[in-house]
Amino acid sequence: MIRVVLPAHLRTLARVEGEVTLDVEGLATQRSVLDALEARYPMLRGTLRDHVTQQRRPFVRFFACEQDLSHESPDAPLPHAVATGAEPFLVVGAIAGG
Amino acid sequence: MSKVRVLVGTRKGAFVLASDGKRERWDISGPHFAGWEMYHLKGSPADPNRIYASQSSGWFGQTMQRSNDGGKTWEPVGNKFVYDGVPGTHQWYDGTAHPWEFKRVWHLEPSLTDPDTVYAGVEDAALFRSTDGGQNWQELSGLRGHGSGPHWQPGAGGMCLHTILLDPSNPQRMFIAISAAGAFRSDDAGKTWKPINRGLRSQQIPDQDAEVGHCVHRIAMHRSRPNVLFMQKHWDVMRTDNAGESWQEVSGNLPTDFGFVIDVHAHEPDTIYVVPIKSDSEHFPLEGKLCVYRSRTGGNEWEALTKGLPQSDCYVNVLRDAMAIDSLDKCGVYFGTTGGQVYASADAGDSWAPIVRDLPAVLSVEVQTLP
Repeated sequence: MIRVVLPAHLRTLARVEGEVTLDVEGLATQRSVLDALEARYPMLRGTLRDHVTQQRRPFVRFFACEQDLSHESPDAPLPHAVATGAEPFLVVGAIAGG
Repeated sequence: MSKVRVLVGTRKGAFVLASDGKRERWDISGPHFAGWEMYHLKGSPADPNRIYASQSSGWFGQTMQRSNDGGKTWEPVGNKFVYDGVPGTHQWYDGTAHPWEFKRVWHLEPSLTDPDTVYAGVEDAALFRSTDGGQNWQELSGLRGHGSGPHWQPGAGGMCLHTILLDPSNPQRMFIAISAAGAFRSDDAGKTWKPINRGLRSQQIPDQDAEVGHCVHRIAMHRSRPNVLFMQKHWDVMRTDNAGESWQEVSGNLPTDFGFVIDVHAHEPDTIYVVPIKSDSEHFPLEGKLCVYRSRTGGNEWEALTKGLPQSDCYVNVLRDAMAIDSLDKCGVYFGTTGGQVYASADAGDSWAPIVRDLPAVLSVEVQTLP
């Protein structure tokens, strides 16, 4: 089980409260977690990654285990603590005014 | 008794303002989508309870919302706007080639007859259509594919397709406008397009009367006379009587012919409204006095409408999608400001009062006249 924490605006959009838990088959990576997240909540498609290129949106960051994973390969394994559900995968809106 | 519903998009959410036909007391609901930029909301003429809304964020991009109950509840719909084929390039501010990149939906125009069909004008400029209630969007790429596309440039607000007019007497005909490319017309339901900018003159471009490159801010039409269009251009208020084949300036005695909004009276096709704004760089009312100007002669002769509007120390702007007119008798005129006020006139502009004063900056105002 993977735990995902969404920023407030996306929790509202997806109509969820608190953490989201996902079952991810196979290796837990950014891509597999986001694929599972978007499959469960289709309204989040395009809000984290570009629809076509699948690249992370510029002001969206991915943190876990006190690390910034935003620039890691989307196919790199996530930390063991994330893969086991001990730690959440954090989706963060960059601090950029507004 | 008839009712009106005013749909307000702001920098930080959407608001729905409702009143009876007297338009004196208002119920205000919102913010809907708090914190999101709501560029535009518009109801379907074929089903007023069907409302489409453009919701966007610098962080999370474009999402789209749809209501089937007049704005009480909303559901997310499709937000995938992908240019048809290889996107190609347009000109950047410095004249270099810049790839077409989708940024946001500026304007939504529901079909006059089908609640599930809606058009979207987007930045970078292109026209999309959905025929399934907003779930899926396809580009009408004949517009962007017009041979002039590589020469289009953004205006200061971005290269946005901000105006979509559907001809109520001819389903094949539609008009759009792009800042800063100009106006275009299709006579085959959006398959092919021609620029309709003859007569426009713009000092900001090397060839002042070029086929494209004009910074059109807004176009308006009266449904009884769809060949007559009124345009607020970056500078100049213009009029065409032949569906855009040629334009004539009708700025007349306006104190400045810069502005963004323009709209037409519901029952008098030659009565039009603008809000003159001081420019180029200031973008607020002249001398701090907020005035709507009305022409009852289709342009050239204008009168200032000031009753109820602030006549000192007012330095707001009125953006291009922020004026609307209901179809009651007398018709109501509404506009929103970047200072968060939404003003209403229940007597066709003779007098004004604020419905609300302290919303976030207003991006768009639409009104629905309901039975």
